[in-house]
Amino acid sequence: MTIAINHLSRRFTDFRALDDVSLSIAPGEFVALLGPSGSGKTTLLRILAGLDFPDAGELVRDGRDLLQVSARDRDVGLVFQHYALFRHMTVFENVAFGLRVRPRARRPSKAEIADRVDKLLKRVQLDGMAQRYPSQLSGGQRQRVALARALATEPELLLLDEPFGALDAQVRVALRRWLRHLHEEMRLTTVFVTHDQEEALELADRVVVMSQGRIEQVGTPDEVYQQPATPFVFEFIGKSNKLPVRIQNGRVVAGDQRIEAEGLEGMADGSAVAYVRPEHLAFTPAALESGWRATLRHVYLAGSVAHLELDIPTLGQTLEAELGGEEAQRRALQAGMSVTVQPRHLTIFPLAGNSGEPDITRRRVVHPRYGQAALARWR
Amino acid sequence: MARRVLPGFGLSLGYTLAYLGLIVLLPLAALAVKASGLGLGGLWDTLTSAQVLAALRLSFGAALLSAVINAVVGLLVAWVLVRYTFPGRRLFDALVDLPFALPTAVAGIALTTLYAPKGWLGAWLVPLGVKIAFTPLGVLVAMIFVGFPFVVRTVQPVLESLDRDIEEAATMLGASRLQTFTRVLFPLLLPALLTGFALALARAVGEYGSVIFIAGNIPLKSEILPLVIVKQLEQHKYSDAAAVGVIMLALSFLLLLAISLLQRWTQRWTER
Repeated sequence: MTIAINHLSRRFTDFRALDDVSLSIAPGEFVALLGPSGSGKTTLLRILAGLDFPDAGELVRDGRDLLQVSARDRDVGLVFQHYALFRHMTVFENVAFGLRVRPRARRPSKAEIADRVDKLLKRVQLDGMAQRYPSQLSGGQRQRVALARALATEPELLLLDEPFGALDAQVRVALRRWLRHLHEEMRLTTVFVTHDQEEALELADRVVVMSQGRIEQVGTPDEVYQQPATPFVFEFIGKSNKLPVRIQNGRVVAGDQRIEAEGLEGMADGSAVAYVRPEHLAFTPAALESGWRATLRHVYLAGSVAHLELDIPTLGQTLEAELGGEEAQRRALQAGMSVTVQPRHLTIFPLAGNSGEPDITRRRVVHPRYGQAALARWR
Repeated sequence: MARRVLPGFGLSLGYTLAYLGLIVLLPLAALAVKASGLGLGGLWDTLTSAQVLAALRLSFGAALLSAVINAVVGLLVAWVLVRYTFPGRRLFDALVDLPFALPTAVAGIALTTLYAPKGWLGAWLVPLGVKIAFTPLGVLVAMIFVGFPFVVRTVQPVLESLDRDIEEAATMLGASRLQTFTRVLFPLLLPALLTGFALALARAVGEYGSVIFIAGNIPLKSEILPLVIVKQLEQHKYSDAAAVGVIMLALSFLLLLAISLLQRWTQRWTER
């Protein structure tokens, strides 16, 4: 069951919710639509569900035009952010609803319905709760009822709208691990919407990063984290430092440093922005020729990781670096000490001459060469 | 006694009970005492007189029917006011309350003028054989008029608070529009609908001012109970009047109690 989303556009009166979005979803895949609010991810989900319709583009499932099929007949299960349980029905009645409203010819017998609901409630670990009302359940339990209800009609596609958005942090983590296991058991094609990158990276087979109605990048969680395709993805996923640089004679000029780097070959001179992840900054207390001189302004020890603020006068900005928490303590890092900082990787987007915007088609990942002066990264 | 954090329980409960006793229970008790002056036999004779029985049937029959009609139409009006935006919606919304504000006698006279054989509507309806003014039908029309706002005003906020989510959820699960309404929306609206129904019913049973103008007040035909009471008062039959009052009160109380129990049952999912 492959779903092809081709050139979908959806305009609301004052903004473009979707702008020429294309995506293909493979059978059994677990896809995350990740983006900030207003990025169009929920609109895309609602179009998949049949609750909204695009102004242009097509939606095809196995050769069948889904836009001609009403939400009722799409065989799609949808789990809402705020559960949308029927509060006047018991857990059992909620889960049985989709079966009970079927036309008589396709409706299972009472015994079959009861049997199927029981199995589903076991599957979502809510056996024994069948006769409760939603108001008697916790948030996590309600969300599982909503999931069981959506699964009851045996949909071909499962959609989840911010499924953990309304839950406590601890419940959220437990529930998403559980959902991942459930997906591995059932192999049901699943698309979920989230603004939480951790959730997307942890759960999904493939992450679709969206911004302002467009797809910024599609890739495995590892790809979108390790090789962000656009400045937006860099800034939205994980942490990153953004520095204005210049490319000059095959070198990256940043502050007082003219960095020689692998991967710069043939790059035209001009202004650019460079991104570097905090964990890709190496530093040492020793004063070295290659590398920026910096002052360690703050050390934030957050459990297993230490976040460091490095003031770099020649760059005129503060960079964020990361270090293992134990390592940070062992090295006796002190606010106020002087260090030398070397970036290990830089992702460079030249600025387009006419607009001054980063040109994502000329993106380069470069690896600075420091030779003998290279710092061993502290771990 | 358990310690309470919120102060003033004793004072406020005492005040509430005293107030309720003074304003509601005392007059009702006086009514019962007055009626007991008749003795059981006399009470029975009064209540089973043809005039009282006919009026009982008309008052409660028409009130029930008007409340049913108001429930159906009120639900519809609330639905339209909440679900759709159209020019003049706010004005329409404000108009709903007018029957509350209008002196009932004015309403009665207005309705009578409209439905009288020479009135705007009567001139059309009477030739068709539909006589409203000065018939039991007129009683019904007046009761519908005065009870109209209740259902709208009780259902409206509940309807407004319903999330679109649940309707979409029902659709996604394969329910038709009709199934979504009957299985999901209606049960959620039912408690509020019953509240509105009970209020409209109580109002219609007790309505006097507007009804007596349009009813024609023909004994045994279009005479309501409150009017029977007034007539007995005019004949200085105070105990009889009190007896009819007591029976009205008892019947109303039983009806409201039944509705309230029904309502609790329809809301069983919120109690725990």
